[in-house]
Amino acid sequence: MAKPQPGPPLWLLAEVTYACPLHCPYCSNPTELGDKTDEIDTQTWLDTLSQARELGAVQLGFSGGEPLLRQDLEMMVKHASDLGFYTNLITSGIGLTEKRIKALKEAGLAHIQLSFQGASPDINDLVGQRKHSFAHKQKIARLVKQYDYPMVLNFCITATNIHEIQEILELATELNADFVELATVQYYGWAYLNRDELLPTKTQLEEAEAKVNAYRDAQTSGPKFIFVTPDYYETRPKACMNGWGSTFLTVTPDGTALPCHSARMLPLQFPNVKDTSLEKIWYGETDFAYFRGDDWMPSPCKTCEEKDKDFGGCRCQAYMLTGDMHKTDPVCDKSPNHHLIQAAIAKAGHSQKTLVYRDPKNAIPISIAETE
Amino acid sequence: MSALSLNPLYRLQFEKAQDCYVLLFPEGMVKLNPSAAEILLQVDGNKDETAIVAALRAKFPDAPEDMDADIADFVAKATENNWITHG
Repeated sequence: MAKPQPGPPLWLLAEVTYACPLHCPYCSNPTELGDKTDEIDTQTWLDTLSQARELGAVQLGFSGGEPLLRQDLEMMVKHASDLGFYTNLITSGIGLTEKRIKALKEAGLAHIQLSFQGASPDINDLVGQRKHSFAHKQKIARLVKQYDYPMVLNFCITATNIHEIQEILELATELNADFVELATVQYYGWAYLNRDELLPTKTQLEEAEAKVNAYRDAQTSGPKFIFVTPDYYETRPKACMNGWGSTFLTVTPDGTALPCHSARMLPLQFPNVKDTSLEKIWYGETDFAYFRGDDWMPSPCKTCEEKDKDFGGCRCQAYMLTGDMHKTDPVCDKSPNHHLIQAAIAKAGHSQKTLVYRDPKNAIPISIAETE
Repeated sequence: MSALSLNPLYRLQFEKAQDCYVLLFPEGMVKLNPSAAEILLQVDGNKDETAIVAALRAKFPDAPEDMDADIADFVAKATENNWITHG
């Protein structure tokens, strides 16, 4: 049976570099970080943005790694903004200065999302492995508001910083954020490597959520807080990417086009913008379309009445946990592999291992067969 | 009544690919139906609700009587969603 034809790709995530001045152990980037020399050049990015807009994409995220490390970022923002994209900069704030905030504003940047790793210098600078970054981020947050950007603060919540939730709520209010994502991290890339150390216990999560709810109830103004629970504590999987290849298109630093930023780990051959048009990538018959529709679904998804709600969950999670990307996401309690999630939960709060910080020197090399 | 303005967090724009107006905000989008779009297009920081009703009456003289109530409902909803601010 033919796969369903999708609507336009509404969201383009431009991962312009995997390089990053921070070393967060929860990073969702691949543990094989690749080589900076493989990054596609400015002109290829500009062409890619034009093609995406032509296909109907309207939201554009500049991400990474740290997108500010690309010196041509302002040029890309200007081009995207002229095309009519709503441009989002997803940044750690490291490398941001008043001069660049102003230049990005002039280039038409619509919004800045700034990440924090904690609500105190001790935790924030430890998690990101960078001294004085907490002080810098606070300064940047104030400048972002001074230049009239909508500002989203993203706090990545893990077992390392979940005890600071009250201070996080207060910090976000003091910094005058518009939206605040309290995002319990998802376990991909480096975060999967460190899962046992990062996954909060159910008790920790419930306490944190109760504090967020109490704070929200007492609010009359101030930021809108969005609390994201990790899917490990759910009994149904997330509707990953709103369905494979239905809405989202990610282009990685080397030009590979993915249905989500993690999909590179799957044993599939994804097309590249260097030699394939975005139209062909989105509407063509490459592996980009592999999990569209529900023909691929195994039992229990195939006959499940909720299959149109969660689309079988996350293909990467199924692959990481079971070794087979076609299986039902083990988060689902109907999955025969759900015990894998329960085993991970049982380990939360008991790990004796130390965190592996994201660092090229810790990166897992791409295996190359050697002859003797 | 005070003048209505679009919250600067939101951007209203026509999208050819979707053939409709959308409200864009950080990492999100709301697709607007034609009536919602017509009302929001009148929200310019100068007109209050009465002036918006009058402007839409002038633009759509054949609109049914209950259009005023529909506009009031939408303005209430848009205010609750923080899309528009008063005064």
